[in-house]
Amino acid sequence: MSSRLREQLEEALFPPIVALLVALICGDLLIMSYGQSPATVYRLLLEGTWGNAYGFGQVLYKATTLTFTGLAVSLGIRAGLFNVGAESQLAAGGFVAALLGLGLSPHLPGIIAIILCIIAAAFGGAIVGAIPGWLRVKFGAHEVIVTIMLNFIVLALLNYIVAARLHMPETLHTPEIHNGAIPRLDSFIPAFHGSAANLTIVLALITAGLAWFYMFRTKRGFELRAVGLQPDAAEYGGVSVGGVWMRAMILSGAIAGLGGVNYVLGYKQYYEEGFAGGSGFLGIAVALVGRNHPVGVVLAALFFATLSQGGLAIHAFVPKQMVEVLQGVVILAVAMSVPEVRAILRRSRKPVAA
Amino acid sequence: MTGSPTATGNQEALAIRMEGIDKTFGAVRANRGATLEVRPGEIHALVGENGAGKSTLMKVLGGLQRPDAGTLQVNGRDVTGWSTSDAIAAGIGVVHQHFMLVPTLTVAENIVLGMEPTSGGRFDYARAVADVEKLSRETGLAVSADRKVSELSVGEAQRVEILKTLYRGAKILVLDEPTAVLSPPEVRELWTVLRKLRDAGGTIVLITHRLDEVIEISETITVMRAGQTVERLRTADTTPAQIARAMVGREVALTARDEAEALGLKMQGEDVALGFHPSDDMTSAIRVTDLVVLGANKTRAVDGITFSIRPGEILGIAGVEGNGQTELIEALAGLRPIASGLMRVNGHDTTLENVSERRDGGVSHIPEDRHRRGLILDYSIADNLVLGLQNEFAKRGIMDGDRISENAQKRIQDFDIRPPSADLPAGNLSGGNQQKVIVAREMGRAFSILLASQPTRGVDVGAIEFIHSQIRAARVAGKAILLVSAELNEVLALSDRVAVMYRGKLTKVIPASEASEETLGEYMTGTKKEDAT
Repeated sequence: MSSRLREQLEEALFPPIVALLVALICGDLLIMSYGQSPATVYRLLLEGTWGNAYGFGQVLYKATTLTFTGLAVSLGIRAGLFNVGAESQLAAGGFVAALLGLGLSPHLPGIIAIILCIIAAAFGGAIVGAIPGWLRVKFGAHEVIVTIMLNFIVLALLNYIVAARLHMPETLHTPEIHNGAIPRLDSFIPAFHGSAANLTIVLALITAGLAWFYMFRTKRGFELRAVGLQPDAAEYGGVSVGGVWMRAMILSGAIAGLGGVNYVLGYKQYYEEGFAGGSGFLGIAVALVGRNHPVGVVLAALFFATLSQGGLAIHAFVPKQMVEVLQGVVILAVAMSVPEVRAILRRSRKPVAA
Repeated sequence: MTGSPTATGNQEALAIRMEGIDKTFGAVRANRGATLEVRPGEIHALVGENGAGKSTLMKVLGGLQRPDAGTLQVNGRDVTGWSTSDAIAAGIGVVHQHFMLVPTLTVAENIVLGMEPTSGGRFDYARAVADVEKLSRETGLAVSADRKVSELSVGEAQRVEILKTLYRGAKILVLDEPTAVLSPPEVRELWTVLRKLRDAGGTIVLITHRLDEVIEISETITVMRAGQTVERLRTADTTPAQIARAMVGREVALTARDEAEALGLKMQGEDVALGFHPSDDMTSAIRVTDLVVLGANKTRAVDGITFSIRPGEILGIAGVEGNGQTELIEALAGLRPIASGLMRVNGHDTTLENVSERRDGGVSHIPEDRHRRGLILDYSIADNLVLGLQNEFAKRGIMDGDRISENAQKRIQDFDIRPPSADLPAGNLSGGNQQKVIVAREMGRAFSILLASQPTRGVDVGAIEFIHSQIRAARVAGKAILLVSAELNEVLALSDRVAVMYRGKLTKVIPASEASEETLGEYMTGTKKEDAT
């Protein structure tokens, strides 16, 4: 039994590590092509992220949003749906949270305001997620197409509302919310001073824990994974495939929407056009590298956040786009290495088992 | 048996000569030493049950698969391991069961696709239409060259497929289950065309498992079973029953009692449940009235079936596969809508109920396709043992891990599932043990009706005996069992009553004691018909 657990762990961990090594080698070549020493650049990258409190705080901040979007995408994939709409679900969540924060009285106790705004964020994302879910179940419209299209529609709509009704003069953002702000980490640990990291990270970890519990411990999760793996068998087992898809898209949207809390309540205290900044799309990569498992998603979110923050640290030596290239290489390497590395693991085990 | 698997003593160049063809896919030996000999200018039927290796053999012929061993000669030339383009160039045309047409293009465009007539480097559509119309007239395959393929009926689409191969100069035509999608008049039309092609010197290989068609159209028959060629028959000298026997592979039909004795099984309560008369609602566990279920292309796959099964009775459905058995079972399980008719379980109307409501009402279901329906291959044995029972094994929405593993330990022991490790993915088990997981789940729970579809397909002998004894035990325990099997001897060995299903109807219902392979064979192949209730 424990050997089986070890096998599963190996299969979960080895492919990303191999992918990381491949990416590292590609990174070396890239850095050398700029006439720089890979060792120096990597050292700078680490110093600028995990090496000082500010950089680390920024990594945590970025990883928080990516954890939400990564969880959102993986929940969809576990149900057999590819939610490409995390970007607009994230934006919608942030927007609805900001709207409520603007409407709440400053005299309301902060903790209640925060909870209300968090619920609002989940609600905003859930609505944007529910639309493709409903269209899929009702008309068979493919969720990939619908979520991509909805990204354009929702983002444009939010921009319109902000630009036409809500923005502060000379800016692209709403006024600051009156209540519901989430404290930053530097109010507890002064070393984080200046970084955007805030207590939303706790919400992210709780959400990851709940997502794990939902997927692997509840009846709904049992049915959701069954539909994702073999819809015909799930149907045979009395599961309503349409119901699962609907729930999965609503939950996925809600989780992505929660990501908006990080920026709107935790960082700036306002909604700003374009704040999602691709975090929704990067969530797909986070889910992929994290193997659609909440623990993997948290780790992958930290990894991509490190790359993204590290890109700024090494800007003086190599273009920060190099980091984007590295991200791409990691994604490709993971996508390709998973089946290969697994096969190698299984082959190497055979003689032992026999 | 009669005939030998070699050519009937004739040394002229054969159109097709395949010898000792071996082809393995992973753990599956699709062909093992299969032979096929087709004379030029004949219509040759290749018959066998699903999974007998017919399609693989034809893929080797068409160049889609390279055989692991064996030789292939076409018109006397050794072409073993050739490519699809070689095969087309040599005049082999394959019409697949699933059409390979571009729906947005016209008939003429589809037919000339890949070898378009050109004038001055540009596609000459007018000439394509003229060519297609000429070919259509010569062969009698009526199509309208200008229509879009998406507007065609399946019969027309099939004619386009045939014309496509003829346009490429096919002299040897392979048709894979061509009548599966056709209506009776379309089938007659197809026969006319095939005879005309043969008279013009063409050679035709027809893959089918409808024996009436074989008798009607073919001159020679090759029967395959389990990857091997078992018989080569002249159609004029054989009967459908003889072909059916060769397909199924056992000569002697066993009755339930005979086989039970052979297996040394004690059948308790024998006297309790041997009633053969359709019973009324009070005593029937399941009653189905005028059931109609639509299949692919909106055909009536199940066409007005009425039957009932009493507690402690096994009704076996015999029949060549593809006569509506799959649709019948899926409709009864709730996986397919019932178009019209009624289904009552223990006197309770279940016609409009969904899968889980029917399960809760006591319907257990062993599905015919365990890899697609019956199991989630990536789920552990323990999780698979509660698939469909997740409501019972959840407390306030949370799966009860302790009870799930307790249940798994018990089922693994009771049903002898090997290896006995509950957390192993079901996909890692052998076919027999996978089937035991399903049987354990469906028969270990409280149920009153069992729908057993191909319960022993692809399962080793030990597991077959075990599953049979479980089904018998359930019968003794008073369950009503509907058994569908392609194995005629299985139906005969287990059933109290046997019904023959042919083209969506039950054409004969008789007590198992009065049934034999010979009598059933005639109904299975449609040579004898009698509407039964």
